[in-house]
Amino acid sequence: MLEQCEGSHAVAKAVALSRPEVICAYPISPQTHIVEGLGAMVKSGALTRCEFINVESEFAALSVAIGASAAGARAYTATASQGLLFMAEAVYNASGLGLPIVMTVANRAIGAPINIWNDHTDSMSMRDAGWLQIFAETNQEALDLHIQAFKIAEELSLPVMVCMDGFILTHAYERVDMPDQAQVDKFLPPYEPRQVLDPNDPVTIGAMVGPEAFTEVRYLAHAKQMQALELMPHIAEEFKKVFGRDSGGLIKPYRLDDADTIVIALGSVLGTIKDTVDDLRNEGVKIGVLGITSFRPFPIEAIRDATENAKRIVVIEKCFAVGIGGIVSRDVRSAVQNRQQSVLTVVAGLGGRPITKASLHKLLIDTVADKLEQLTFLDLNWEVVNRVLDREKHLRRSGPIAEGILRDIGSVSSGIA
Amino acid sequence: MEQTVVKFYQTGTFTVGNRLLKPDQRSVQANTERNNSLNSGHRACQGCGEALGARYAIDAAMKATHGQLIAANATGCLEVFSTPYPETSWQMPWIHSLFGNTAAVATGIAAAMRVKGRSDVRVVAQGGDGGTTDIGFGCLSGMFERNDDVLYICYDNEAYMNTGVQRSSATPPAARTATTMPVGPHPGNVFGQGKNMPQLAMAHEIPYVATATVADLRDLEYKVTKAMSIRGARYIHIFVPCPLGWGAASHDTIRLARLATESGIFPVFEAERGEVTGSSKIRRRVPIEDYLKPQKRFAHLFGKDPDTVTIARLQAMADRNIRRYGLIDEEK
Repeated sequence: MLEQCEGSHAVAKAVALSRPEVICAYPISPQTHIVEGLGAMVKSGALTRCEFINVESEFAALSVAIGASAAGARAYTATASQGLLFMAEAVYNASGLGLPIVMTVANRAIGAPINIWNDHTDSMSMRDAGWLQIFAETNQEALDLHIQAFKIAEELSLPVMVCMDGFILTHAYERVDMPDQAQVDKFLPPYEPRQVLDPNDPVTIGAMVGPEAFTEVRYLAHAKQMQALELMPHIAEEFKKVFGRDSGGLIKPYRLDDADTIVIALGSVLGTIKDTVDDLRNEGVKIGVLGITSFRPFPIEAIRDATENAKRIVVIEKCFAVGIGGIVSRDVRSAVQNRQQSVLTVVAGLGGRPITKASLHKLLIDTVADKLEQLTFLDLNWEVVNRVLDREKHLRRSGPIAEGILRDIGSVSSGIA
Repeated sequence: MEQTVVKFYQTGTFTVGNRLLKPDQRSVQANTERNNSLNSGHRACQGCGEALGARYAIDAAMKATHGQLIAANATGCLEVFSTPYPETSWQMPWIHSLFGNTAAVATGIAAAMRVKGRSDVRVVAQGGDGGTTDIGFGCLSGMFERNDDVLYICYDNEAYMNTGVQRSSATPPAARTATTMPVGPHPGNVFGQGKNMPQLAMAHEIPYVATATVADLRDLEYKVTKAMSIRGARYIHIFVPCPLGWGAASHDTIRLARLATESGIFPVFEAERGEVTGSSKIRRRVPIEDYLKPQKRFAHLFGKDPDTVTIARLQAMADRNIRRYGLIDEEK
């Protein structure tokens, strides 16, 4: 049924329709509306057979989910930013134990400087933690991916992180097609754990494992993610049969036919990129877009095939590895290695800086003209940067960088010209 | 605290007279049919107080729940010595997740049981003093505050033994550890620091808090059994000497636990909803030196020139416990 609602609300309803049994909640912007919505549903009785637990930290939130999942319950939590870092130890533990927890990450920057706005630094910090990471482009996709995430997680016995852009999606009111309970029940069977804490069939979970078996355990974690590459398109097809729309899978190609230049990105920015590419196509530029839905596992083959005929690939990412450059682009490079294609990195949208069509248009014109450097920071204010560098050259006690910049620019600026 | 009229101790000894009781009144450990939840063959040190305490406590909890029990275990000696793959010693469903999240994992298990309508399946969480009073304190306090249906057991050997005997917030003053070295003008751990975990548990006003030692099996089993008869958050703090970490003889584990209670340095009591409801009386009071001397971690207090000032301060701590918990009846 079509409804107009906040992204967080859409996700809360999708999670509720997936019949979670234990939900752990700890507030952190911008995910908070999701667990608030779920809490209200449990308290009102709209969501039954579900325990909603207010915990004392994100570390506890995921730890409660670990206990619940190991005891055979379908477990869900949501977090963002500092919260994801605070639970980092449990993030690795949940995947190491092979527990199919589903967690929303409402993508947000990491401090310092503290910043509540959107980028992908948080989930990227956990890219090697053994969770599947799938990125939503729209609120509809966020809704759909959550329902698929439970199925993927439980088929593989691995945890899944559904990443959606904080504020841009979580707080945006958009039209979504909300499935009904019968549809979701048809698609998502009750959770049948591979391992469970059961007094009538006792097992030890989380034993000490030494060099004699550790490599094999870790390899199997990788092998399962490779299985996910097969499984996810299959589950997306099943989803389409029941719900009647395309959602999920590994990648999303857009106007790739005859494209010399391919723009790769994750999440909500794909919308703006597609609009810009439409304009460029109208101007006669042979350019297309490849959205990555599954960042972990990374669909190397699919990306390799989809980009085969391009001359150049530009990866626009809302994160970067300080000291080297792009994160997504490095993975893309490994997908297209041994080919005569340039793979360029554009870091954009950090800490919520808007990625505008105007900036993208100029950037992509430069890209097509081969005028782009290997690493570009979109809309970087060089004047501000140089003032700081200059100050540091002349003053030993140059002061805190972020506060110095705020003083320099004089007022809080939205960054939208 | 034992309710039966049978006098357990034979005159002049501390031997528990189990055989004076009817079979159904005897301790869980006296029964050959006991669960052996922590089975033989594990890798604990000789004389390990924690292994003993865990077996006593979990067997009693298993009996009280008719075997419908799940355990969550913190990282630490107990986890390490009991599970090297594939040699788990746990004859029960058991999970180890992390060092600092055991109480939260237990909360999750209890929530799963509640949602599945399995009110018969109960949950115990267990860890050492580091996993309880330091790194796991946040999750433990959260579990207490929510009054989740979990019994948390702390096996307190007063330092981080698994990593090589480093100070925890349960390490007593003056004790030598790898990070409170017996050097300088004030050797060993400092005075005026540390956490009183049973009191902190009581401050959460949870239904039940108790302390026990491995020297008094019947009292320990009684408290675990009582804890399992109660719903909500419960905490039992068990004093478990560590021969390796304390520099004590393996055969002195029980003796040291007894000396800790008989000196008053470790008060054995129980509390409900934040109020002390009973304490184990000291039968034969001993000076603190009797407890300190067999332990090399206090060796710097003795020798040719004993540190009488420090010993007196430790004695004052024991005296305070005796007053605070009424460990000696006034009229005697």
